[in-house]
Amino acid sequence: MTIPKKFQGQRTMKKGQKALILGSGGLKIGQAGEFDYSGSQCIKALKEEGIATVLVNPNIATVQTNDDMADRVYFLPLTVDVVTEVIEKEKPDVLLLSFGGQTALNLGLALEDAGVLKKHKVKILGTPTSAIRMTEDRDLFAQELRKIGVDVAESYAVTNIEDGKKAAKKLGYPVMIRAAFALGGKGSGRVNSEPELITMLQEGFANVPQILVEEYLKGWKEIEYEVVRDAADNCVTVCNMENFDAMGVHTGESIVIAPSQTLSNREYQMLRTVAQKVVRHLGVVGECNIQYALNAVTGEYRVIEVNARLSRSSALASKATGYPLAWVAAKIGLGYTLPEIKNAMTGVTSAAFEPALDYVVIKMPRWDLQKFKASSRRIGTEMKSVGEVMAIGRTFEEALQKAIRSISIGADGLTSHPHEIDRPFDEIEFPTDRRLYAIADALLAGTDVAKINKLSDIDPWFLNGLKRIVDVHKQLKSAKVLTPELLKTAKQHGFSDKQIGGFFKQSADDIRALRKKKGIVPVVKRIDTLAGEFPAQSNYLYMTYHGTENDVVAGSKDAVMVLGGGSYRIGSSVEFDWCSVEAIKAIQSKKRQAIMVNCNPETVSTDYDMCDRLYFEELTLERVLDIHDVEKPAGVIVSMGGQIPNNLAMPLMERKVKILGTDPHNIDRAEDRKKFSQLLDRLNVVQPEWKELAALSDAKAFAKRVGYPVLIRPSYVLSGAAMNIAHNEDALTQFLKEAADVSKEHPVVITKFMEDAREIEIDGVAQNGELVIYALTEHVENAGVHSGDATIATPPQKSYLETVRRMKHVTREIIAQLEITGPFNIQFLAKRNEISVIELNLRASRSMPFVSKATKYPMIQMATRAMLGDDIHGNYNTLDVDYVVVKAPQFSYSRIKGADPVLYVEMGSTGEVATFGRYYREAVLKSLLAADFRIPKKNVLLSIGGDKAKQELAPYIKKLHKMGLHLYATKHTAQFIRYDLGLPVTEVAKMSERATDNTLSLIQDGGVDCIFNIPTIDPSTDDLSNGFLMRRAAIDHNVQLIANMQLTKTVIMALYDLYTGEYTLEVKAWDEYVRPTK
Amino acid sequence: MKKRIASIPATLFLQDGHRFTGQGFGSQKNTDGEVVFATGMVGYPESFTDPSFEGQIFVATFPLMGNYGVPEHPFESDAVHIRAVVCQQYTEDYSHPHAKQSLSDWLADNDIPGISGIDTRALTQHLRETGNQVGVIVFGNNPKKPDFKKIVDPNTLNLVDVVSPKEVQEYNMQNAETKILLVDCGMKNNILQEFLKRDVGVKRVPWNYDYRAELKDFDGLFVSNGPGDPATLTETVGYLRDAMKTGLPIFGICLGSQLMGLASGAKTYKLKYGHRSQNQPCIDTTTGRCYLTTQNHGFAVDEKTLKKDWNVWFYNANDGSVEGIYHKTKPFISVQFHPESTPGPEDTTFLFDEFLKRIR
Repeated sequence: MTIPKKFQGQRTMKKGQKALILGSGGLKIGQAGEFDYSGSQCIKALKEEGIATVLVNPNIATVQTNDDMADRVYFLPLTVDVVTEVIEKEKPDVLLLSFGGQTALNLGLALEDAGVLKKHKVKILGTPTSAIRMTEDRDLFAQELRKIGVDVAESYAVTNIEDGKKAAKKLGYPVMIRAAFALGGKGSGRVNSEPELITMLQEGFANVPQILVEEYLKGWKEIEYEVVRDAADNCVTVCNMENFDAMGVHTGESIVIAPSQTLSNREYQMLRTVAQKVVRHLGVVGECNIQYALNAVTGEYRVIEVNARLSRSSALASKATGYPLAWVAAKIGLGYTLPEIKNAMTGVTSAAFEPALDYVVIKMPRWDLQKFKASSRRIGTEMKSVGEVMAIGRTFEEALQKAIRSISIGADGLTSHPHEIDRPFDEIEFPTDRRLYAIADALLAGTDVAKINKLSDIDPWFLNGLKRIVDVHKQLKSAKVLTPELLKTAKQHGFSDKQIGGFFKQSADDIRALRKKKGIVPVVKRIDTLAGEFPAQSNYLYMTYHGTENDVVAGSKDAVMVLGGGSYRIGSSVEFDWCSVEAIKAIQSKKRQAIMVNCNPETVSTDYDMCDRLYFEELTLERVLDIHDVEKPAGVIVSMGGQIPNNLAMPLMERKVKILGTDPHNIDRAEDRKKFSQLLDRLNVVQPEWKELAALSDAKAFAKRVGYPVLIRPSYVLSGAAMNIAHNEDALTQFLKEAADVSKEHPVVITKFMEDAREIEIDGVAQNGELVIYALTEHVENAGVHSGDATIATPPQKSYLETVRRMKHVTREIIAQLEITGPFNIQFLAKRNEISVIELNLRASRSMPFVSKATKYPMIQMATRAMLGDDIHGNYNTLDVDYVVVKAPQFSYSRIKGADPVLYVEMGSTGEVATFGRYYREAVLKSLLAADFRIPKKNVLLSIGGDKAKQELAPYIKKLHKMGLHLYATKHTAQFIRYDLGLPVTEVAKMSERATDNTLSLIQDGGVDCIFNIPTIDPSTDDLSNGFLMRRAAIDHNVQLIANMQLTKTVIMALYDLYTGEYTLEVKAWDEYVRPTK
Repeated sequence: MKKRIASIPATLFLQDGHRFTGQGFGSQKNTDGEVVFATGMVGYPESFTDPSFEGQIFVATFPLMGNYGVPEHPFESDAVHIRAVVCQQYTEDYSHPHAKQSLSDWLADNDIPGISGIDTRALTQHLRETGNQVGVIVFGNNPKKPDFKKIVDPNTLNLVDVVSPKEVQEYNMQNAETKILLVDCGMKNNILQEFLKRDVGVKRVPWNYDYRAELKDFDGLFVSNGPGDPATLTETVGYLRDAMKTGLPIFGICLGSQLMGLASGAKTYKLKYGHRSQNQPCIDTTTGRCYLTTQNHGFAVDEKTLKKDWNVWFYNANDGSVEGIYHKTKPFISVQFHPESTPGPEDTTFLFDEFLKRIR
């Protein structure tokens, strides 16, 4: 119904006015792809109203930074200085700070504090900053809520260790500590004793000025509500969610279920009413998240926190319900009232409502803790997970098992997981990333639910759900024959064909055939926000075995299915989502239907308005085939979502699915190390010496022959999982075992590791075996650093033209041989003019968005069109340009306690940023600044291993001195600086040399701004060395760390040139560097 | 805790020939009723005891049923009023510190059957397209198709007479300064609680009680919710019409709102499949504010037939149907939704204060 004029909201902006939107920067733990989703929806909502949009976000791999999104994009660091300049230049009317996570929020507040907004008359849209400040300052927050009779966790805000001790004493141990102004619960945790408290507070105060010491709510349920309020005070709670794990496990670390399952109406409505009361009192205008602890026995609750911005939870709630929270929040910011906004799912009903779900949603976190040597598996109140998946089913069991498979850790289901858990009860009581599987093991062994509940505080309802799965497992195990009834029961409990087949010595294909014969197939259901109450032409779909009717029939015959990237994890992140979205766009530009399959709620590809049909589903062979059976598309694109869909190419083709682009046989020839090497040999292309592992003795003999170090890597993996450099035989033995564990079905390969070689990559698109477009990227760091962790420049700045020509030549030959159509990525090693090929990927690579935006050629759209048969040949200039673009990794080491923050062959970064510059060094420094680097102002600490490295860095150390920086150094480095270079230096004792007054205390006391540490030869074995302790201390105390030779040189030169005025850090938009798109 | 009887197959037959087979729980008793769907995700004990569900087979769109068991106290009335429940998955493994028994045991105690394992989304969509209709639940393997000619459509019965109390009851009448006469057509308990909470004295009377001579002793008149077609309640409407002549403040909820509409001279009609949910947005025409409401009704006041001295108070923001009316000059107000909630959002409990403002 239409809202009478007099009740329509007052619009806050006029057509043609300008809005500045702040992004969230590089992906890090606690702040991931969800903000690409929220920022993108915000930009869409503003553009629909004719508002000019300017976006600052250095995250080049996002959809929101595309040239068809905001009118202007600045790939620049999200700092007060930079954004101030952007404001001076762009003169925006308003600022939106709630769509870019904590980064944007903090930055927006800082801009206000600095008086920039007032000076330039920039209004903040949406929730007023006064309200945001109330939610961010925990003391203020507690006071405000108590004013309206709302219970908050008892807490004391402290600014020093003494007060912290007093507060803890008052509350009694254990207590909970939480850092104010931090995302994802950073610096938070349960503290059992005073010594532990002191350590935690020390670390905490290095990052934040205020820490809360709170009552510990062990065993309470954790519940969240997503609330939307407009300026006219209409208020709805769009979704509530219940954590599987009780209080004590961060919501980002917990399995979450929506809607809540164990709450009675009274509890549900009590928390809902409190949520609205709080949101009204605070004065939120837009979207907001409120977290509770609930004691089901006494009915007491405590408000834990309020996030007055779009959050990870709001992204999840959006996907879980189909309610576009970010888009609605933006409309509210523009002055719309909720009743004025239509429910986009139905097109007729109102957005002033609360979705009714007729399904169950489960979110499951994805950890990569095993990638970090020496880090603990424990999880708790600090977020460590790097990604998540969402699964939809008609029962808890079904959704849970889907989620387990979607997370792609090699588990086929709850009772079929790769972990060997020696002491399951330990991991149940003290949660680790494998707690769920520890519970499964315990249940399988006959432990009763009551005991597990006692250890874990997980509600028996959830545990009974797990038990029902385990019971079916037992039924399958004891059954002599697989009856159709049992098969159906197993499918309804979420078992995969492969898992079921395993009980009866049958293949997944056998089970599939049997199922189809018996009519046991999943049905497609719609997510429509109204549980079927109104007709909705929604295209948002999932599959279930709890159903008799399909909500949809096959779409058009020429439809194309795109397989997405699944959960974000280290090495596979937002860049593959970007590729998926680009592919959809290209398909739709050909007036063909695009079907998207993905299971990651933090993505834009799973926005239902991006594609023609969205299957929020597992990316497993079985499920892709199920969808294929219903949709019967013309073809499937597997090359956009990274390694997960890429690995399905061959199996799908073998089952008569048409794979678009490069023939899967040829994908296999590139992925299988042996086949690929043979191909290179035949083409006379140089490659490092290699050997496929047959026996350990062979490997040893090989290593001896070619000489250590050698590189070990499994096939068909991304991000260098279990990739290692062995410097000696012991290391080789250990690493081979690790590699064999990771890649059971594919061979492990050893190659000679080339030291001092540079790495160059070509990313491009080919059609019918011809090279069409390509871009070259050059690594700053030498080979030995994973390409995902390297600092990368395009076009190349240091490679000889001769080298470039040779690489291009080799590339053409390989493309022709493999008849490539679509995206590809080739990695080369270069030493002087000699090049050798180390890897080929016949899929979109991590750097695809980077090179596409650096060159402004939409390479993925071109690749997709090529796959669909468009001739994409043309003249594309990617080398001769007047700018340089540098990509820098974004790390999250502060979250992964105990991990060594050193660059290595196995990837460790969680995200990336990229910036443009007129000069190479300018671009390098900008991109580092965008990845949270800060320019050292006073003191730097040097610790350089080995004489060669010291000599090599001599001229650079002099530059540091010339810049007026005071040098601190560890013993040998200090001697070198003092005697060989004749420069003043303060020597600092290593931790092993002196217990106090050493590098650690220097770092703890904030004595240095930046540390340059070049580790000795083999970083993988010195994890207890002084170097490791120093690097770790740097991370834990938020001190800049550069731990790579080439990067050290580059950074020092960049700093020096800036110091001497060779260049300035220009604040220029993307379109000022690269020609505007036509 | 009681031992659960092994579940046996059960089939829901619809009048139009469709059938849905699943597993029984609760009482294993064949039954019939009007098949309606409800989209609330929480609050089954409250819903099942809501007298407005009298005569109805309750299809839950939310797939899981029974998660938190059933607590000790009855909820919106002393009895279970649904005739049966149909859901996707029933769980006996309930969990809640306040639960006293499982949903299945509670239903069995009240001789109410349930069926799980039904594609309730498909069933809901079917009902949405064809409208609510009569259905029959038959237990056992190979059930015989029932003879629908023999089944009585509950809408043809006076369901209000079934659920309305037979006796007059008084609450807080001695002490309260404000006293209302409450016509109980199948009232939810929480309505009474909302009045008592506000220190109102309540005389609760049956649906067909002739209160006209007593009105002078009261400050206001309230007409409750209840099941079925309002047009069959000519007695209630007649008394109400006379009450309106006195100018005494009147408040009606749900069926009470429809009865007020009829008494004012307007007409009511049957919605195709009714509103049974906890997420219905209703817009106050006097302020433009929108509230989330719980609803449970199959009939509505026809806006076109409203007399000229009456206005629409609330519209349903989804389908534009009338959700409340008020008299332009006299203190007569009514809402189609349930401000007392239980289950559902508590956004509109302030309406009880609105009514009392007109009295006090």
